Amino acid sequence: MSTQADLEQRFQARIDAEQKIEPKDWMPDAYRKTLIRQIGQHAHSEIVGMLPEGNWITRAPSLRRKVALLAKVQDEAGHGLYLYAAAETLGVSRDQMYEELHSGKAKYSSIFNYPTLSWADIGAVGWLVDGAAIMNQVPLCKCSFGPYARAMVRVCKEESFHQRQGFEIMMTLAHGTTAQHKMAQDALNRWWWPSMMMFGPNDDASPHSAQSMKWKIKRYTNDDLRQKFVDVMFEQVQVLGLTIPDPALRWNAETGHCDFGEIDWTEFHEILRGNGPCNKERLDARNKAWDDGAWVRQAATAFAEKRKTTPKA
Amino acid sequence: MQQYLLHLADNALILGHRLSEWCGHGPALEIDMAMTNISLDLIGQARNIYEYAAKLEGQGKTEDDLAYLRDATDFRNVLLVEQPNSDFAHTIARHFLYDTYNFYFQQKLCESSDKQLAAIAEKSLKEVAYHLRWNSEWVIRLGDGTPESKERIQTAINDLWSFRGELLTPAAYEKDAVAAGYGVDLLGIKKDVEHRIFEVLDQATLLRPEDGWMQSGGKIGRHSEHLGFILAEMQFLQRAYPNSTW
Amino acid sequence: MNAEFPLWEVFIRSHGGLNHKHVGSLHAVDAQMALENARDVYTRRQEGVSIWVVPSEAITASDPEDADSFFEPAKDKIYRHPTFYEVPENVKHM
Repeated sequence: MSTQADLEQRFQARIDAEQKIEPKDWMPDAYRKTLIRQIGQHAHSEIVGMLPEGNWITRAPSLRRKVALLAKVQDEAGHGLYLYAAAETLGVSRDQMYEELHSGKAKYSSIFNYPTLSWADIGAVGWLVDGAAIMNQVPLCKCSFGPYARAMVRVCKEESFHQRQGFEIMMTLAHGTTAQHKMAQDALNRWWWPSMMMFGPNDDASPHSAQSMKWKIKRYTNDDLRQKFVDVMFEQVQVLGLTIPDPALRWNAETGHCDFGEIDWTEFHEILRGNGPCNKERLDARNKAWDDGAWVRQAATAFAEKRKTTPKA
Repeated sequence: MQQYLLHLADNALILGHRLSEWCGHGPALEIDMAMTNISLDLIGQARNIYEYAAKLEGQGKTEDDLAYLRDATDFRNVLLVEQPNSDFAHTIARHFLYDTYNFYFQQKLCESSDKQLAAIAEKSLKEVAYHLRWNSEWVIRLGDGTPESKERIQTAINDLWSFRGELLTPAAYEKDAVAAGYGVDLLGIKKDVEHRIFEVLDQATLLRPEDGWMQSGGKIGRHSEHLGFILAEMQFLQRAYPNSTW
Repeated sequence: MNAEFPLWEVFIRSHGGLNHKHVGSLHAVDAQMALENARDVYTRRQEGVSIWVVPSEAITASDPEDADSFFEPAKDKIYRHPTFYEVPENVKHM
């Protein structure tokens, strides 16, 4: 009989050898729980993320923008679905996860608690928020848990148009009329710092990171990814001809990276506490959709039951 | 021909736009995604026809000029497609009534003497075949599901019944289109459309509403109060910031 | 009433001639809905020409605990591979 210690050792050895852990493999309870929480949060973020952008579908200013935005938001539903499916392989049901989201017990990415106030916000969200998400997601394609890694491969393939769509909108506006340029700059001003906070607290304020790195659920640190993000955005914003709202932002030739200003984490913590501009609206919308849809789901189930017992001639 | 094309495109755009309002609010993820697919199909169909209409007009207009810069009186969609989503049952009923018409309509449009219109119809037909299938199945599921779902879908069918007449009643420009060879004779598809509607209602164990007064006017620009609000939302940016590229 | 839709596994054949590959799962009340949901979720980018859906509970999976006795024995049966056999160079078509 293997002891707990033996099992854990063998498990860690597989992880260290870059082997994939699959749902039926032995895994420490904590690994399972961490993944359920992380994948769940990721899935919830996709679903809630449909709302700020979904706001502008009916107001998209051209038919091309309309179909692109509709397809993008639809992709996010799909991403949520793939991720819920991955989490379900670990023994939790989709309905259970919804229950935790709707009751406020489960978290989702704070970025979606901000409002989309203008069409330019759709550009900024696609460029910055999806940009940041992609930086987080590409490494996850190599995460140790098979279903999560494979879901992420699919997500990343679909995500590539999301950021381009956003950037294209920003380009059109930034190089458009004076009013459009102003709209774009205003959106950038409001979305920059929240996007920076998407990468999570600084490494020294991140207690769980070490274990997640050891289990290869997390492949890069928060600060590493955030630095990469700033470096890339710094280049791209110049093509746009807009200004990032950080007076301390400048290229450091010595380090080969951008220096940037201190993040004010108080706003982040307030949002986590539920005091963001849209926390209530987002949860209300999700709860309403779920509750309003209950009779539909019940009808479908009842219909299927009937057909099972009385097959059609 | 312009009026005819606008009628076809406006139907598709307004219906697709209405359906897109569900995105993010559907009863289940899979259903949400299915409805968005249908919405994308419809808006795509509208784009194809607007592009053609703009080209034919020859005044350098684009699909967006047609979609975003006409007021309600210049829209030629039927009243049915502008009806609000209300609950899931009303949405399904609206699409079901439209799809039964649209499926047989597109079938006939494939035989249009206008090659471009026929080509657009061939592509649309594949999409609409799926729409009809998907929406019919939901009518049946809801009709033969729970007592609550049966009541809701029956109410929805009853509420929207008076809007289906307009679909099969030709406006003057439709009669011209038939005479010229590029349009669809609505009388020719009436039997198939109604047969399909009744067949599905029966399978759904739903009652067929009595045929009463049929609402109309959309085809000639006399719309319900809903279209004004739809356009106000859809066209806002183009109207507030004219002469801009988006 | 617990109205959670059952879980289904989805397999897609991407091109004619290829096998169906597992692409993920989804929820549906019956086979018809599962097929259509699979079409709406997993083939939006022309990823398939054919779909199989299987209730997840119908799948029987090998137990990783049995991996040793299930799969190890095949490792040393190298005579099943063509490279095990020597064939003179001047022999063609083999």
